[in-house]
Amino acid sequence: MAERSFKAEVEHLRLGEGEVFTGEGILAITKALLESGVGYVGGYQGAPISHLMDVLADAEELLSELGVRFEANANEAAAGAMLAASVHYPIRGAVTFKGSVGVNVASDALANLASSGVTGGAMVIVGEDYGEGSSIMQERTHAFAMKSQFWLLDPRPNLTSIVKMVSDGFDLSEASNTPVMLMVRIRSCHVTGSFTCRDNRPPAFTVKDALADPRSDFARVVLPPMSFAHEQDKVKNRWPAAERFIRERKLNEFFGPAAGPDGPRIGIVVQGGMFNGVVRALQRLGLADIYGQSDIPIYVLNVTYPLLSGEFLEFCAGKDHVLVVEEGQPEFIETQLGSYLYRAGSSVELHGKGLFPLAGDYNGTVMLDAIEAFLRKVAPETLPAAVRAPNQERPEIPDLSKTVPIRPPGFCTGCPERPIFAAMKLVEKELGKHQIAADIGCHLFASLPPFEIGGATMGYGLGPAANAAFDGGGKRRPVAIIGDGGFWHNGLSSSFTNMAFNKSDGVAIVVDNFYSAATGGQDIMSSRADNDTKSTKNPISRALKGIGINWVREIDRTYDVARMRDTIREALTTPEKGPKVIVASSECMLNRQRREKPLVAKAIKAGRRVEAPKFGVDEEVCTGDHACIRLSGCPSLSLKRLDDPLRDDPVASIDQSCVGCGNCGEVADAAILCPSFYRADVVHNPGGFEAWWAGVRSAVIGWLVRRRTARRLDFGGVA
Amino acid sequence: MAGLLERRAADPRLGGIIKLAALAVGGQGGGVLTSWIEDVARSNGYDAQATSVAGVAQRTGATVYYVEMAPKGDGTPVFSLMPAAGDVDIMIAAELMEAGRSIMRGFVTPDRTTLIASTHRALAVSEKMVPGDGIASSEEVLAAADIAAQRFIHADFDQLAIRNGSVISASLFGALAGSGALPFPKQAFEDAIRRSGKGVEGSLRAFNAGYAAASGEALPEAPAQPEAAKPRLRGPKKLVAAFEALEARIARLPEPAQELACAGLRKVVDFQDLAYGGEYLDRLERVAGLDRPPHDLTREAAKYIANAMAYDDIIRVADAKTKAGRRDRIAKEMGAKSGNLLQVTEFLHPRAEEIVSLFPARMGARWAANPDRMALLGRLFDKGKRLRSDSLTAFLQLYVLGGMKGWRRRTLRHAQEMAHLVVWLDRALALAPRDYDLAVEVIRCRRLVKGYSDTHARGLSKFDKVLDGARMVEGRPDAADWTRRLREAALKDEEGKALDGALQTIRSFV
Repeated sequence: MAERSFKAEVEHLRLGEGEVFTGEGILAITKALLESGVGYVGGYQGAPISHLMDVLADAEELLSELGVRFEANANEAAAGAMLAASVHYPIRGAVTFKGSVGVNVASDALANLASSGVTGGAMVIVGEDYGEGSSIMQERTHAFAMKSQFWLLDPRPNLTSIVKMVSDGFDLSEASNTPVMLMVRIRSCHVTGSFTCRDNRPPAFTVKDALADPRSDFARVVLPPMSFAHEQDKVKNRWPAAERFIRERKLNEFFGPAAGPDGPRIGIVVQGGMFNGVVRALQRLGLADIYGQSDIPIYVLNVTYPLLSGEFLEFCAGKDHVLVVEEGQPEFIETQLGSYLYRAGSSVELHGKGLFPLAGDYNGTVMLDAIEAFLRKVAPETLPAAVRAPNQERPEIPDLSKTVPIRPPGFCTGCPERPIFAAMKLVEKELGKHQIAADIGCHLFASLPPFEIGGATMGYGLGPAANAAFDGGGKRRPVAIIGDGGFWHNGLSSSFTNMAFNKSDGVAIVVDNFYSAATGGQDIMSSRADNDTKSTKNPISRALKGIGINWVREIDRTYDVARMRDTIREALTTPEKGPKVIVASSECMLNRQRREKPLVAKAIKAGRRVEAPKFGVDEEVCTGDHACIRLSGCPSLSLKRLDDPLRDDPVASIDQSCVGCGNCGEVADAAILCPSFYRADVVHNPGGFEAWWAGVRSAVIGWLVRRRTARRLDFGGVA
Repeated sequence: MAGLLERRAADPRLGGIIKLAALAVGGQGGGVLTSWIEDVARSNGYDAQATSVAGVAQRTGATVYYVEMAPKGDGTPVFSLMPAAGDVDIMIAAELMEAGRSIMRGFVTPDRTTLIASTHRALAVSEKMVPGDGIASSEEVLAAADIAAQRFIHADFDQLAIRNGSVISASLFGALAGSGALPFPKQAFEDAIRRSGKGVEGSLRAFNAGYAAASGEALPEAPAQPEAAKPRLRGPKKLVAAFEALEARIARLPEPAQELACAGLRKVVDFQDLAYGGEYLDRLERVAGLDRPPHDLTREAAKYIANAMAYDDIIRVADAKTKAGRRDRIAKEMGAKSGNLLQVTEFLHPRAEEIVSLFPARMGARWAANPDRMALLGRLFDKGKRLRSDSLTAFLQLYVLGGMKGWRRRTLRHAQEMAHLVVWLDRALALAPRDYDLAVEVIRCRRLVKGYSDTHARGLSKFDKVLDGARMVEGRPDAADWTRRLREAALKDEEGKALDGALQTIRSFV
């Protein structure tokens, strides 16, 4: 079960014609898919569309009622390949994954799909992970759409526009026999708002119908000579069809005063997703009202690929200056529009990058500054007086950049991956620094302080493959880290068979936390949960044995730091040849707490015996060296300043969020740090004998303590 | 130029958009807070839009939530999806450094922003991992917030929430209601919590506490801190009298050193016995005899001689773990209720070195020099011990160890510690007539010696390195300053990279 449940929200997906839906972007997209008569859906989780996968999984009942097949695909390539169902059959299908990395993984399938062309509408919903809050390299999906001729939809970021674009997108896909990508940015996925619903529509032709009546047509196969025909078909038929459809259906929008002899001689062209940002800047400059009615003509590209030369040139007619608002680089749109103007022999001056920064997201400040600079340059009289000549004195706000610490993401409280890296750090203290390749997943946080383990990541499931050059061995064995998510996503084939086939002498550590954890706790092949519709409980070790890797060590409790350390040391020093794999398994603490907390509370309430563990620090014993923190970084293990004039440094302190995972005690033991940690188990509802015996013990201990106290000076706990 | 745009006055309805941002650390319930705020707005005739970033940033990283709202009108307002610098009406920071971050990012401006911040700290890894004190200055952020915000509402909203059995999102929501920055009555906020249906009672309690804190409603007065009166001394009459006699000697020390000498005397007497306290004062009086105003030397010596004399040995640890009051303290910290039992597990890992350190000094030294014997001891003792100190056998082991004070002065460890102390103190005192400031800095270097086992060894080696460095600069007018810098560098990182760098610099000019 995923980290966040949408069971309650999914009920809103049943709303009918005319009813108003209020909620999040991803739910609106799901509703739009159902209203569009989609026949199958799938995808692979990853921010910012992880929750879209969770919504689909939680909506499985409704989907099957409508005859819609939901597939939690093994990876983005599998999701992309699934769209093959729309090649021959008039079935609408949608898959979702993140861009640009998910698109990269899916690229083989997507390129083939685009070449074959589609009969039923095929849509990829891409969560564009760009700008603030992004967790990946900063690239654009746009380039991919261009190279394979996928139409790229970038609707204005409000629920009504997004929902409409899903429906229009399917129509566009069918009208032009071309798959489409619907791009939603990080914040659009979770933007809230309302839209008016239509009835859900069961697919006219279902995947079951297709199996009852299979079709094939070799003209669709990507083989010569058909592949050459596909290319010709793309530019001669599909592209013009798309252009016609986009114009007729008015997918792109115009705001502000119409062109004309008295109209303004400037204009703005904007990607749909950037529209609200532009309007906000105009609002702040006094050039737009609250509803987005602008004094400056705006041409909104809800379809950013293909760009319509005719529509754009008409917008430019009668204007002297046009500003292109295009986030990210390279600036494909600006370049293309410039070429349209040049070929038309137009004298319109095009502005864009330069006023806007080449790279980075267009946040409120960037947008305001760039649009203001544009207006100052080409139409200063439009700017309000206060902007033209600011004379407001602003108080100097102290610079906090040296004070406020950065706060990158890290392992959660009680995370089972922490002890793995604590053990790794201990081994490196013994054996020296190693070549370590990391993968994608929570475990990548180990590359940050306090662990600083691993220096590069080459992609999901590619950790061990990234060490391939070192497979031949050397003075110290190379180590690769990979998560269970990465293992099943792509790791088994790309990383482990690569190791096995090439007789790698390296070490790989599989961090098995029972979920695809970083993306929100979705189930995967080796998850331990019961799942009605998915096959779980398939051990990673069996897969490894299956491809001939025999040196496999399974650790079923990662918190055992000493055993973890000894096993890693063994893997690094054993004379045995061939790949050495350690599968380190313990459940993701975030998900475990979510699962267990209510059960524990219930058990305590019901009077059953429950032991609740938590760690503590004897502050008198702690010397404030913080060695424990350098092997942990746990959010619940913090510092506190003591009210003791003799102490200089703050001591370790464990707050109430501790879940008693055990790492602190294990690390203190394995690294021989200090005796300040203790674990306290509060026993709720103890048994009768247990309580009596505890009473006896505490009476004896109490007597001993009092005896000693009576013979010494007691400084009131201050000494 | 041609085609001038018609200038018009800014849309007055724009002023109706309320822009609210919240900066939280992952896991603080920022999402819940946002959905409550949206709900309040929508149920009170407003259009509202919220956005957030869900992703790995939520794994304990800093995350921004953003809400815009405006009174319902004829159309659909166009809201922004991101807060913009200089354009935020209400900024909620769920942690003090996040408040600092919001100021840095320009989300808090004097012309418009109400800043609601929790003053508690969730320390960042970079603050916690330094061997010394790396905690960022809260005062700087508070001072900046006073300047940057139009209104600055702050309290420890985390404590308020915990005390009411809830999470900080609820107390911050209360603070938002109490601030009056949103045009909705208190009731409307409470209704939103009720509608959310989860943990309603706790949330409402925390909400009310936050409301009171922000609106200046009378809070239950925190019990006045009793004047830092000397903690009461208890014990057998004879011991108390003897201790008071020792205390009387403190009055004759230079005044600036007296407070620390008081604390130091208590520490060493608690560590060992009254005679040991007497030795402490002997040493201190020797220092005072060589000192002159402003008596920094005696003051610092009062602190660091006490710390050096009360070294961290097994006996001290065992005593601390079996002292009166510990069980109750733990039970309180763990929130154990009556009827619950408390099991306490101690994590001890004595090595051969620790065992030998308890041997009589000469014998211990012989064993320590003999690798075979050390290996034997290692085989016998060097493994992690988990002692259930609530059980009789384990408690007795610790109790007996903790009672070995009579033996302590004969141990190898004691001999080593005293030798180290003498060398260090003599060195400082020898310097005092020539370079007073350097002598004070040398005294302060004792701060570097702390921890157990490897950590302790590393501390000692840093201490030696710094003192070697001090020797290199001895005689220079800036010797004290360099020694201070060396010490601070030594506290920056574990491996001593900063220290080695600083030493390198010194070598380059001496």
